[in-house]
This record gives sequence, structure tokens and C-alpha cells, in this order.
Amino acid sequence: MKFIVAIIKPFKLDEVREALSAIGVAGMTVSEVKGFGRQKGQTEIYRGAEYSTNMLPKVKLEIAAADSLAAQVVETIQQTASTESIGDGKIFVLDLASTTRIRTGETGDAAL
Amino acid sequence: MIRKVFAGAAALASTVAFPAAAFAQEAAEAAAAVPNPGNNAWMMTATVLVMLMILPGLALFYGGLTRSKNMLSTMTQVGGAAALAMLVWVMWGYSTAFGPEGNAIFSWGVPFLAGIDASSTAATFTDEVISEYVFISFQMTFAAITAALILGATAERLKFNAVMLFVPIWLTIVYFPIAHMVWAGGGFLFEKGALDFAGGTVVHINAGVSGLVLAFLLGKRRGYPAEPMPPHSMTLTMVGTGLLWVGWFGFNAGSALEADASAGLAMINTFVATAAGALTWMVIERMAGHKGSALGFCSGVIAGLVAVTPAAGNSGPFGAILLGILSSMVCYFAVAKAKAKFGYDDSLDAFGIHGVGGIVGAIGTAVVYQPFLGGPGDGSTALGAQLWIQTEGVLVTIAWAAIGTLVAGFIVKALIGLRVDAEAESDGLDISEHGERAYN
Repeated sequence: MKFIVAIIKPFKLDEVREALSAIGVAGMTVSEVKGFGRQKGQTEIYRGAEYSTNMLPKVKLEIAAADSLAAQVVETIQQTASTESIGDGKIFVLDLASTTRIRTGETGDAAL
Repeated sequence: MIRKVFAGAAALASTVAFPAAAFAQEAAEAAAAVPNPGNNAWMMTATVLVMLMILPGLALFYGGLTRSKNMLSTMTQVGGAAALAMLVWVMWGYSTAFGPEGNAIFSWGVPFLAGIDASSTAATFTDEVISEYVFISFQMTFAAITAALILGATAERLKFNAVMLFVPIWLTIVYFPIAHMVWAGGGFLFEKGALDFAGGTVVHINAGVSGLVLAFLLGKRRGYPAEPMPPHSMTLTMVGTGLLWVGWFGFNAGSALEADASAGLAMINTFVATAAGALTWMVIERMAGHKGSALGFCSGVIAGLVAVTPAAGNSGPFGAILLGILSSMVCYFAVAKAKAKFGYDDSLDAFGIHGVGGIVGAIGTAVVYQPFLGGPGDGSTALGAQLWIQTEGVLVTIAWAAIGTLVAGFIVKALIGLRVDAEAESDGLDISEHGERAYN
């Protein structure tokens, strides 16, 4: 099992979610997050006083996927979330030791 | 021009702007003058509209511009200063500004409203009278909002108890004399013929300069200007701006003291100068390469309102529009450029908009008053002469406010101190001064 964490542009969320559902991803956790990468920040101006915010709003997806599906999930997110401009985000893949469904106690791929 | 005309005041040309002197007592004796219910009703409404400018208007406008940890403190200081000003006003303020006996600087004779009752009347600019209690209340709200306006310059670091000690001292040595000099018969600037319909000098320049001086005495907020301190709620600032604009009709059109043609003129000017100021600020932002902003709109509204205040009944609508445009331009420069250059910390731009816009309005009133610009003046005072009179009014107000605030500020500093300590400032004044949080 793999645990996939993707940071994407907020406006891409619906598109990515639909594409992942189409390839069989059954669930995901979505959070609104702030952070920075190469894009750095943006500038806010109040009565002429400029404030550079070095944290930009992004959306974080967390997806647990079976090994057989993981590569496809990464590829789908990469292709769907890309705008080919700076700030599109990153995808991290971690090995997942175990998964347990709370209601039934199932573990492993069956719990996904 | 809120001019309480005294027995003995020189009779002036009988126009809207220079009414014939009305002697309150004589009028009362001659015809047992009874207030016209229409005028009284309008003046009571106008008084409540100015109250709306303070709470919730100014409190929300200023509060939204501060950080969320100082929201309650900012609003409570505005409310506390206004409430205390009201009490001081009836104890000795009214007597010191509009008392029956006086000299060029201040007056006396009705401490604790001695001898005034519900049937007492106050003169207007015609033969009409209004209830004196209504006039006292109307002027009370002006004293209250002027004291509260100062607190925009000192937000996020001034102690609440320092506010409560500063306000009565400042009102006594700064506000009451200036109000007397500009608005009362026999007052130094009144007798010179200075035009100030609703308080460009008395309220805005006065509060702006006093705020700037107090900000210098206080020092900068911790972290200013390196640390970002963006407004925590532009939404509430916009709400406050709207309430200020609405309330300002009471402020400006109420200053006619009657529901008459002059009030109508002040009303339309309060619409159009403000509209011009609001949009001008946004245009300048675009010209400077930025986006037109909500705060720019709000700032332009205030810049326009402040500038039209002395000109409200002393200008035609298009003169008022010119004033609004000019005020926005000058105030933009003051807050976006000059403040950064000089490095003072006028937290919410009390000086940058009220002080600077007040100066633009007070001097500009001499120009828009002239008949060739559609103003109500009769041309009897040449433009150059009126410009000099207006400039004198501005200079006297600046000097009086600056010196008086230094005195009041030093007294408070010596007795109880002005600033909260570093930890309290860092925690925010809401929790450290009031034991509450604005948002839970």
C-alpha cells in the first residue's frame, strides 16, 4: 500500500477529484493548507503599505491506495493538476504500513 | 458653520452663509420664540446620526483596521472616550465653548448647564430657534467624535486608563477653546470670518494633528514597520465606512441648525464629494500600478467626507466634487508615501486622512465658496482674502492642537504612563486590557 500526499492549486481540486474517482480511488482526505515552494508568495497592499506573504493557499490531498493503483494515481494527479505554470504543487509517495477500517476491523487492501 | 450668535455680535450680511445676528434672549422675549417642530425634529435626528458615526461607525471602521487581538480595545476606547466626552461636555464643556459670557478664546457662565431647562432655546442662523437641549446634544456628539477620532493614531498600544485621563484634559485645553474660537460669536476665528460649516478645523484638523502628536509621544508599535500588520477585517471596516457616511449627513446637514435650504445644500455635497473621493482613490491606486482596493474605496470615502465638512454649506455640488477629488489625491500621497518617508506610526491614518483632508477642505472652502464656482458666497470677500482667513484658521488650529496635545500627553505620561508594556502589547490589548477576546 502507498500513502500519496499531493499539494495542488485550490481551483484544480474538483477536476482532480473527478479524475481520481474515474480510475477507482474510493476515498481521500482534503485539507486547505498554506505553504511555499519556488513560487514564493504574493503581495498584499493596504493604503500603500506592501506586505509580502510568503505562504500561499494550497489544497492538500491524502490518498491511501493499493500498490497496483498508486502509480496511476500519481500520474492522474500530475496530469490533471498541471497548469504548466509555477506553483502547481508536488506529489509525495510514502510506504504505508497498515490500514484498518474502524467499522469492521478489516485491514490491508480490503480496508481501502 | 455652527454659530451660536451672542448678544453683541456684529450683524452680518443676511445670507445663508452669513446670517443676520439673532439674539437668543431678545428673540425669546420678543415673541416667546418656540422651536419649530420641523427644525427640532431634524436636529434631533441629525444628533442621533452623529452618534451613529461614533458607535458603531467609527468603532467598526477603526476596529476592522487593527489586528484581531486589538479589536475590542480599539472599539472600547472609541466608546469610552465618547461616553466620557459627553459627561465632560455637560459639566463644563458647553459652558467653555458656547457659554453666555466669554472672550476670543473661551467662554463661561453655564457650568453644569446652570439655568437651562427644557423650554430654553438656542439661536440658529435665522429668526428661528431650536431647543437648547437639542443644540447642546448636537454639539456634544461633535466633542465626543473628535476625541474618539484621535485614537486611530494611537491604536494597538495606548492604555485604556490613559485614554480616560487624556480625554478630559485634552477636551478642556484643546477642543473647547477651538470650538469656541471657530463657532461661537466673539470667537477669535469666527470674528475673522473663517468658514467652517461642520468642523473641518474644529474636528478633523484638530483630531488629526492631536493624533499625530500623541503618536509621536507614544512611539511606534512593536515591530512597526518591519512586521506585517494588515487589517484583520476589511468587511467590518467597510461596514463602519458606510455607517460613517450615513451619519455624516447629520454631521454636515445638521450643521445648518435648521431643516432649510442650507441643510439641503450640505446634503447633496455630502453625497457627491464623497462619491468623487471614493472613486478617485481607486483610480490613483490603478495609476500607481496596483489593484483598486476595498480599503482604497473606504479611505477615499473618508477623505471626501472630511474635505467637504467645512465646505458642506459653503460650496456648490461641483465645487464639492472638486474638493473630494483633490482631498483623495493629497491624502493618498500622505498615507502611501509621506508616512513611510517620515517613519511615524499613525496606526490607522487619523492624521493622514482626517488631518490632511481637513487642511485640504478648510483651505479649499475659500475657493468653492466663491460664486464663480457655483458656491453660495456673495463675492463680498475676495478669494485671496478668504484664502488667507482660511489659512489662518488652519494654522491656529494646528498650533493649538499640537501644543495642547503635548501638554495633555505629558501630563498623562507623568501621572500614569501612556503605553501598555511589551508583553501586553504582544498579547494584544483585548486580553491584556479588557480580559476578553473579540473572537472565540
